[in-house]
Amino acid sequence: MAFFLETLIAGLFAGLMYGLVAIGFVLIYKASGVFNFAQGAMVFLAALVFVSLVERGIPFWGAFALTALLMAIVAVAVEALVLRPLRNRDPLTLFMATLGLSFVIDGTAQFFLGTDVHMLDLGIDDIAQDYGGILVSRFDIVASLIVIALVAVLAAVFSKTRMGISLRAVADDTLAAQSIGIRLPVIWRIVWSVAGFVALVAGLLWGARQGVQFSLSLVTLKALPVLIIGGFSSIPGAIVGGLIVGASEALADIYLGPIVNGSVSTWFAYILAVAFLLIRPAGLFGDREIERV
Amino acid sequence: MAALLELHDVSLSFRGVTAIDALSFSVEQGSICALIGPNGAGKSSLLNVINGVYRADSGDIVFDGVRFEAIRPGKAARLGIGRTFQHNALFRRLSVRENVLAGLSRLGQASFIETIFRVGRDAAERRTFAARADRVIAFLGLEAHRDRIVSTLPYGVQKRVDLARALVSEPKLLLLDEPMAGMNQDEKAEMSRIISEVNRTFGTTIVLIEHDVGIVLGLARHIVVLDYGRKVADGAPDQVRDDPEVIAAYLGTVH
Repeated sequence: MAFFLETLIAGLFAGLMYGLVAIGFVLIYKASGVFNFAQGAMVFLAALVFVSLVERGIPFWGAFALTALLMAIVAVAVEALVLRPLRNRDPLTLFMATLGLSFVIDGTAQFFLGTDVHMLDLGIDDIAQDYGGILVSRFDIVASLIVIALVAVLAAVFSKTRMGISLRAVADDTLAAQSIGIRLPVIWRIVWSVAGFVALVAGLLWGARQGVQFSLSLVTLKALPVLIIGGFSSIPGAIVGGLIVGASEALADIYLGPIVNGSVSTWFAYILAVAFLLIRPAGLFGDREIERV
Repeated sequence: MAALLELHDVSLSFRGVTAIDALSFSVEQGSICALIGPNGAGKSSLLNVINGVYRADSGDIVFDGVRFEAIRPGKAARLGIGRTFQHNALFRRLSVRENVLAGLSRLGQASFIETIFRVGRDAAERRTFAARADRVIAFLGLEAHRDRIVSTLPYGVQKRVDLARALVSEPKLLLLDEPMAGMNQDEKAEMSRIISEVNRTFGTTIVLIEHDVGIVLGLARHIVVLDYGRKVADGAPDQVRDDPEVIAAYLGTVH
């Protein structure tokens, strides 16, 4: 029983980390209707820049602030060079543009900062500790607290500030928002900056776990099933989707793995996502598309 | 009185289908102008051209002394052109109050950082905006629904919310696309009363589309009749009512 619980808890923690990546997608999808394939590349870029700064002797918070600033600059550049020229285009066109953008970001980052694998130490031990007979990693606990705090802050900004009203207005009806004078480019810059910040936090936590390297970019692929399950337009959905993927994947690995000769976690989330697509295509928290014809 | 809005030879077509055909007319400062005409006459397209949702193929528009050929919706809003939509394009998941506050967002001077942390200019601005929003909400009799989520409200109330959102920033020109569509006679009379009160109290110039000719004749001081994108008649209600071309467009001619 303890082993089952440990597996479940470890899975849920991993799920929160998936959710963290997925939130970056949700923010941009809500505000601009674009599935930003480059979100994973942004996670990688943020982690690589941060770790390079730290290796050059810049203290933690200085490196954090500089990287956050760089992500804001990236957001402004993306708005000016990608989103603005393609405004009012088909969502698929924009999706393809972000696919291209992910290569540009990955390539540029590695061109300037190299392709080495960097170790990232956030000063949090990744050692299992005994909590009432159940072994839980301290890193998992701290990482989860960070994710929860970040979600709480985002929720507060969205619901309690005037900026939040504008952001939600754009998400609800872009044309109406423009017609009352909300400046779409400004909203896009802000949303991409916030998504960049989320990518930074995700990059640090994931980077500390598996090292900072190109494969960080590929967390995009794990965020996909999370989004399909939780819904593309809901932040709580991203978290719940992440928890479902994390927990079911961990349990399947242990209990299904021996039967099918292992490596269940590489595909289980995708099977789950396909099942959701069949049963509930909009995801648990997503908006069903209703189009007036 | 001077014209607030003038259209000169405005044309619009969609892939060869003419929606608006060399249309010219002007709307006086402070008046209520109604656009009427059968379905497909180009009424909504015309509103969409005026506030920049569509781009006219040719012709130009003079609004409040500013001449433009094409404009973006955001720019139109900043110049003082407010509008409501035929199918309430409200922010469905926001409350009534948040919808109205969103209508003020472009007037905000506080920076992003100030609004996020609610410091600096944000506090004062939040107070004045809240007061303005509450004033419009009261004016349109929406107090009881203030904190309700818009998608849960009846259609007629949503129409008023749409008007409140457009009105709160005190536009010079208000474009109303079928503000009384789907309403019963009582609701129409109420909306009609509200519109003329907005016109009187705020001095807002109003261009509206409405199918109920009875309502239009009572409300508007100036009527423009469209048919197949062309202007059929243009003048005071009495004049327009007796115009043979209008009767033809609406009732068909005797063959």
